[in-house]
Amino acid sequence: MSDVAQVQRIDLSSPETSARLRRRHAAERRFRAYGVVAIALSIAFLLILFTTIVSNAYTALVQTHIRLTVDFDAERIDPHGTGDPEVILAGDFGGVVKSALRERFPDVKGRRDRRSLYAIVSPGAAFDLQKLAISNPELVGTSREIWLVASDDVDMLLKGFIPRDVPESDRRINDKQIGWVDALIAEGAVERKFNTRFFTAGDSREPELAGILGAVAGSFFTMAVTLILAFPLGVATAVYMQEFAPKNRWTDLVEVNINNLAAVPSIVFGILGLAVFLNVLHLPRSAPVVGGIVLALMTLPTIIIAGRAALGAVPPSIREAALGIGASRMQATFHHVLPLAMPGILSGTIIGMARALGETAPLLMIGMVAFIVDVPKGPFDPATVLPVQVFLWADSPERAFVERLSAAIVVLLVFLVLMNAAAIYLRKRFERRW
Amino acid sequence: MEISLITAVVLVLAVVGFFLGRSRALATVGGRARDLHSLPGHYGCYVAVWCGVPALLLTLVWSFFQGSIVESFLVSGLPGAQGLGEAELGLLVNDIKNLAGGDIVSKEIDPEMQAAADLYSSLQTMAFSALAILSLALAIGGTALAWRHVSPRFAARERVEKVVRIFLIVSSTIAIFTTVGIVLSLLFEALRFFNLIPFTDFLFGLEWSPQTALRADQVGSTGAFGAVPLFAGTFLITLIAMVVAAPIGLMSAIYLSEYAPHKVRSTVKPLLEILAGIPTVVYGFFAALTVAPFIRDAGSGLGLDVSSESALAAGVVMGIMIIPFVSSLSDDVINAVPQSLRDGAYALGATQSETVKQVILPAALPGIVGSIMLAISRAIGETMIVVMAAGLAANLTANPLESVTTVTVQIVTLLVGDQEFDSAKTLAAFALGLVMFCITLSLNVIALHVVQKYREQYE
Repeated sequence: MSDVAQVQRIDLSSPETSARLRRRHAAERRFRAYGVVAIALSIAFLLILFTTIVSNAYTALVQTHIRLTVDFDAERIDPHGTGDPEVILAGDFGGVVKSALRERFPDVKGRRDRRSLYAIVSPGAAFDLQKLAISNPELVGTSREIWLVASDDVDMLLKGFIPRDVPESDRRINDKQIGWVDALIAEGAVERKFNTRFFTAGDSREPELAGILGAVAGSFFTMAVTLILAFPLGVATAVYMQEFAPKNRWTDLVEVNINNLAAVPSIVFGILGLAVFLNVLHLPRSAPVVGGIVLALMTLPTIIIAGRAALGAVPPSIREAALGIGASRMQATFHHVLPLAMPGILSGTIIGMARALGETAPLLMIGMVAFIVDVPKGPFDPATVLPVQVFLWADSPERAFVERLSAAIVVLLVFLVLMNAAAIYLRKRFERRW
Repeated sequence: MEISLITAVVLVLAVVGFFLGRSRALATVGGRARDLHSLPGHYGCYVAVWCGVPALLLTLVWSFFQGSIVESFLVSGLPGAQGLGEAELGLLVNDIKNLAGGDIVSKEIDPEMQAAADLYSSLQTMAFSALAILSLALAIGGTALAWRHVSPRFAARERVEKVVRIFLIVSSTIAIFTTVGIVLSLLFEALRFFNLIPFTDFLFGLEWSPQTALRADQVGSTGAFGAVPLFAGTFLITLIAMVVAAPIGLMSAIYLSEYAPHKVRSTVKPLLEILAGIPTVVYGFFAALTVAPFIRDAGSGLGLDVSSESALAAGVVMGIMIIPFVSSLSDDVINAVPQSLRDGAYALGATQSETVKQVILPAALPGIVGSIMLAISRAIGETMIVVMAAGLAANLTANPLESVTTVTVQIVTLLVGDQEFDSAKTLAAFALGLVMFCITLSLNVIALHVVQKYREQYE
């Protein structure tokens, strides 16, 4: 028989071989390039996202103010000279602002022109004067130069977001207003000042008066409720499942449930909150306490999974040593195993909390999208949270809200970065390799 | 407010109980702790548990039922309340509550209502004092009872550990209760919806315009609840997202696990994971205010008519968000392929890319499929991006440049704002939620099963 394996000789120097090798190497280089391109694309997306937000956000740090000679007319504010804060509170400060504007531009006549003139100063200016007069009653009856908040349209014009060269009918600010603003600029009566109001005020329909403090407080209360509920329950579940639970069908069911809950879309938790906590248990609408409960249910699986991993990483010798010197299983767990697993559990908790902090969809379902001006004082007050505030402002048509919501996003991202950094630090600093 | 006051008092009592129990335990043995069965602290905890737990449980249960019980007392005491309908009665009760609380009332205050408001306040005060007395009595009684039990041979540690164990078991059932709660709340309202709208009309209907008639004779207002356009829109956006995320995520994972030097890997991997940590509302803003106008301008430059809420913008941004889900899961899967398979391929003379394409990817395929399925389920359930960047009108189209709507968008629009739990409009959201829950759950279960199976294969 002649079917002895025939050795096929390959001529390594033949042109076909080297051509094939070149093709294969080219394919290799192409493949590698695809990988580099994929990674470069993802990082480019990340950079574009951040630069878009930061470039939109930084202008929100300053706010245009207009200097006017304000006459604290005693007739309008406190006709009888009582000096009583109650009386001053009821004073006609809107009229004070309007007369200051009329005095500065005396030749503006006609209802329509006057109304456009009044519109260059924010409606919030009257409240600022009111506050000023209440804290300094001696101002009443005097007149002095005061920086008043400009309206959002003037602010946008000066920041360059409203181009001057488009037809008058296409802008929110008319030619006369631009003329007045230019006149004020010429005499140095227009200045941009640091926007403290953005950090100290609640929401408002007027962009120049809107701030994030209400949303930050709402986020704080919501996160506090989430942490108080999710951390003990999550740790307890992790401890039970990892250290005590017998291996049976019941614990398998719990485990499958936890894994599935981790992947349920967040909006479904919102529906749960609406149906159970609002409709059945009649908890207050729009309150951080309900938001906190819903987010706690959402965060629980994250904490449980991280907790189980951390507990599982503690070597059995620790438990055995504790049991060997007479500790009960409870004591071995709570005195020895749990403290050693704590860094891992904490960093898992922080990551879960960071995710909860950025969550929006479930909170829409339980009414935390309401327009709320007051800063909440407790977890039962109606409130909104930072991401929902961003969503609300994104829905508003005013251009000035874009920079404010971008700034709110930056604040949110700063919190997230801090939390994640804390988690990484905890893991690096305290985690032990056994 | 009052409830939290009672809770605080009970907690203080529990702390006092702890020290009472501890000192009594020490006193019974004349200060020699070694003669005790358990540590002194265990006796303290035992007393504190008896003091706190029953009283706090009572307060919890009470605070759930106080409102409705007080209300029923109030209604039974109202003259002429029996003749009123449910809605009118609710309004009346609300007015009375507001009057008692000093808030604004919807109509003129008559003496009858004032009397009812006074009755309400007095009932509230009575309920509060009853709760205060009962829970304090329970706390003190529990303390006394437990305090009497304390003796050197008493096994306090076992009792306390049993309580802790019960707490651990109860908290581990929360996950089950949550799932049951989700399923029941979706199912219950969805069944009410299917009583109004036939199941097949919902699942196979081609038209979606959820509104309910204000008057019976209104024109064109019967509402259509055919969910196919929503499913199609969700599918279209998910498809676009996966077209973006699957190749980029997979190639990144391959490059990072097979080619990248350690240093590159350890910087790029966290960078990619940042994409997953950014709140979705930020992506929504990015899609609506940057990507959508960009695509529209680019489209009109090419002579195409692009909607400003195009499916493309929402899909692409969602794809960017999902890249890290695909890449980190695929990365794990590729790393789990044994080194021996690679070495074998290299020994036969394969280049690195040939090894990846012909050995590693086929070996890792089940895991990669699982990770892509998880990413799809994430895309289906994603809400904020589509709420902010996709449209509201239900178009049945496959053109990514047109505006489509998704299941999650409709849930949000139907449930945000005023809800009427007797109209098909509000209930439709629960039916949609049920469908979405079922789809994402089955995708997850299958994907987890596939990944698990695959991991076992190489362990």
